[in-house]
Amino acid sequence: MRNVLIICGKELRSYFVSPIAYLLLTMFAVIMGFFFWNALGYFVFMGIESQMRGEMFPMNVNEQVIRPLLSNMSVIGLFLIPMITMRLFAEEKRTGTIELLATSPVRDTEVILGKWLAAVTLYGCIILLTALNFVFLFRYGNPDWKPLAIGYLGLLLQAAALLAIGTFISTLTKNQIIAGAATFGVCLLLWVLEWVSGYESATWAQVLSYMSVITHFESFAKGVINTKDAVFYVTLTFLGLFFTARSMESLRWRS
Amino acid sequence: MINVKELTKRYARNTAVDHISFQVEKGQIVGFLGPNGAGKTTTMRILTCFLPPTSGTATVAGFDVLEQPLEVKKRIGYLPEMPPLYVEMRTDEYLTFVGKLKGLRGSELRQRVDAVCERCAIVDVKKKLLGKLSKGYRQRVGLAQAIIHNPDVLILDEPTAGLDPKQINETRDLIKSLAGDHTIILSTHILTEVEQTCQQVIIINKGKLVATDSVNNLQSRARGAETVLVEVGGRNGDVDSAAVQRRLEKVTGVSRVVFKEKRKNRSSFEVESQKNRFARGDLARAVVESGWDLNELRPTAVSLEEIFLQLTGEQTAAPAEETATKGAGK
Repeated sequence: MRNVLIICGKELRSYFVSPIAYLLLTMFAVIMGFFFWNALGYFVFMGIESQMRGEMFPMNVNEQVIRPLLSNMSVIGLFLIPMITMRLFAEEKRTGTIELLATSPVRDTEVILGKWLAAVTLYGCIILLTALNFVFLFRYGNPDWKPLAIGYLGLLLQAAALLAIGTFISTLTKNQIIAGAATFGVCLLLWVLEWVSGYESATWAQVLSYMSVITHFESFAKGVINTKDAVFYVTLTFLGLFFTARSMESLRWRS
Repeated sequence: MINVKELTKRYARNTAVDHISFQVEKGQIVGFLGPNGAGKTTTMRILTCFLPPTSGTATVAGFDVLEQPLEVKKRIGYLPEMPPLYVEMRTDEYLTFVGKLKGLRGSELRQRVDAVCERCAIVDVKKKLLGKLSKGYRQRVGLAQAIIHNPDVLILDEPTAGLDPKQINETRDLIKSLAGDHTIILSTHILTEVEQTCQQVIIINKGKLVATDSVNNLQSRARGAETVLVEVGGRNGDVDSAAVQRRLEKVTGVSRVVFKEKRKNRSSFEVESQKNRFARGDLARAVVESGWDLNELRPTAVSLEEIFLQLTGEQTAAPAEETATKGAGK
């Protein structure tokens, strides 16, 4: 466990001494700020509209602002994943520092867990920054905090799974760009798989749609912890990390 | 300390290391010598548990590289051909990180970082980014990284490659100063390096072991008889090379005189004397008494170069083959 933290600390350090971390933090904060502003503007507009018509629509900050925003975040998060994971192993392979890690008295699993943990932590920081937006809601409104917390938990679980896949892809190549592009492709695919459920309800479509990471986020966005969905993310995480470990091992036999 | 038996590493298309066996005693510096692509790096990578062997066994300090890799790794310091530096780290940060990886803690860690900085003469770049260091400093930081946990065994892959002559000398001195506490294996394709720094030499070529012996033994094995270089100059004006040669041949104990070259009024000869007959004194007297000047008289030790060529055969010079094996071995 100590070794995991050592590796994790080193990874986090290199995220934060390079512009990567700040770039991602800023980008995500700006984009989500705009989404928030937009969602809130629409919410206020709807409120005034319904008052003018004299109809009382049920208005709910959780349902009409927080939930769509969380869904947006889960999709935009997909675009950040490759930028976080692409360098993890590819860079070490390119510069030869992988030899240092592989000949130090640490296990491969410790290296992998450390790197993955650093990626998850960075992602956690990124989404935490967007929580600033929601502070305004609590200041001027009265939303329920529990669905919001569950939504963030869902975001983190989803990212953990995708980051594990990204880590795996990063072990396959020496080239960061290739690692990033491939991870981006996989993330995108795991998102759009869900679309088939829109026009098809056969078993294969259900299976495909089940494999989509976005499908499993819906319950979290609603503020519900669905064990099925949590298990899906956790399983995907394990699978990703397991493949990473296999890939590291094969690296030794091949290199 | 290191025990290698019938070690073999096969890749899909070629055999990088072919049934190599050797032993290294504690505290020795061993030169691992061979042309590019001979299998030096592969053997070292196996010893450091970076690569698993196809067959055969290798043990370091009594631990098998396949069975107990963690124990082996604790006892080994490794400097790969390219020093494994994180360019975005500062020297002291990097050494602290490596120290932690190797299991050092707290005050011991700080003390070791300072000690290796001192020892490798990198104190003045302690706060510099590794990416900004010159090649010589990088190499030294790489060496510092390898010795940070005071390992029993040091494995250095071409530690002087790419350095300038001054840096090469400094690095060699540093390596020599490390012997005793550490058992050192260093690979190189430079023969003088082995002559200067190592006690024992292991020569491999195309993955096969060619010779393993102490440097002294190897030199005397190839020497047989003593060879002296004699340069004779004319007192006033030209010197008659043929006459000098005839005179030298007459000296007792001399078995063969080879004319080497003639420059202006000086001629040089290689004189081989019979075993255990040191004819140097007689040679000098003969030259002087004949009225010539003796400009130079020195024994020519047989260099490892010659031994190496004798042992590996002339084909080591074939460049096409060299690059082919090197490319496949990487």
